[in-house]
Amino acid sequence: MLTIERALVEKIIAHARADHPDEACGIIAGPVGSDRPVRYVAMVNAERSPTFYRFDSQEQLKVWREMDDRDEEPVVIYHSHTATEAYPSRTDISYASEPDAHYVLVSTREEDDTEFRSFRIVDGEVSEEEVTIVDAFEA
Amino acid sequence: MAIEVRIPTILRNLTDGAKAVEGKGDTLDELFTDLDTRHPGLRDRLVDDKGLRKFVNVYLNDEDVRFLGGLDTQVADGDNVTVLPAVAGG
Repeated sequence: MLTIERALVEKIIAHARADHPDEACGIIAGPVGSDRPVRYVAMVNAERSPTFYRFDSQEQLKVWREMDDRDEEPVVIYHSHTATEAYPSRTDISYASEPDAHYVLVSTREEDDTEFRSFRIVDGEVSEEEVTIVDAFEA
Repeated sequence: MAIEVRIPTILRNLTDGAKAVEGKGDTLDELFTDLDTRHPGLRDRLVDDKGLRKFVNVYLNDEDVRFLGGLDTQVADGDNVTVLPAVAGG
C-alpha cells in the first residue's frame, strides 16, 4: 500500500497537467526504509514526448547523490500517461529498476478527471496496490 | 590505487551487497571486464554487443560517459565511476 499526503498528490497532478500532452516524471524521496514519500522532486523528461519519458542523466545523478547524502531513497517514482490509462506500459515494466519503489502513474487523458494509481514492478511483474491519501502523516 | 565503481541497488546481488567495488583498466571496457572476473555477470548487465546498454547510465567523475567516449572512455587510478539504471518508460 502507498500512503501519501494529499499535497504531494496535488503536486504530481499539477506537474502532469502542466506538461500535458507530454509525459511528466519525477520522484518523491523519503528516508531509507521508511516507505514514506516526503521530498518532492519534479524531474525533466529528457524525451519531451507524449509517449515516452526518461530522466535527464545528469539531473538524475545530482538527485540520486542528494538522496545518498540525506540517507533517502526514491520512495515514489511517478510519470504520466497522456492518452492512455494509468497502468504500466510494456516499456515501463521492462525498464523498471527500483524494486522497492512505488511506481505511481497518473493519466491526463480526461480533461476534468485525473487517474492516480500505484504499482510495484518487480522482476517484470506488475502488482497494483491501494493508495491511501492522508492530510498529513501522523507524528 | 584503483578505480572505484558505485553499484546501484538492483545490481548489488552481483557484488555481495557491496555499494561500491574497485577495479582497474585503461578504458571503461577494460574496467568492466576486470570487474566481471570478481563479479561474474556484472559486465553483461552493463554492456551488450552494441556497446553500453541503452538504459544504463555510467558516469565518470560525474560526467555521463555517453558524452565522453562510451566504452572507450579512458580511465585512470583515482577515478570514480557511478552506475545508475536509467529511469525511463513509456
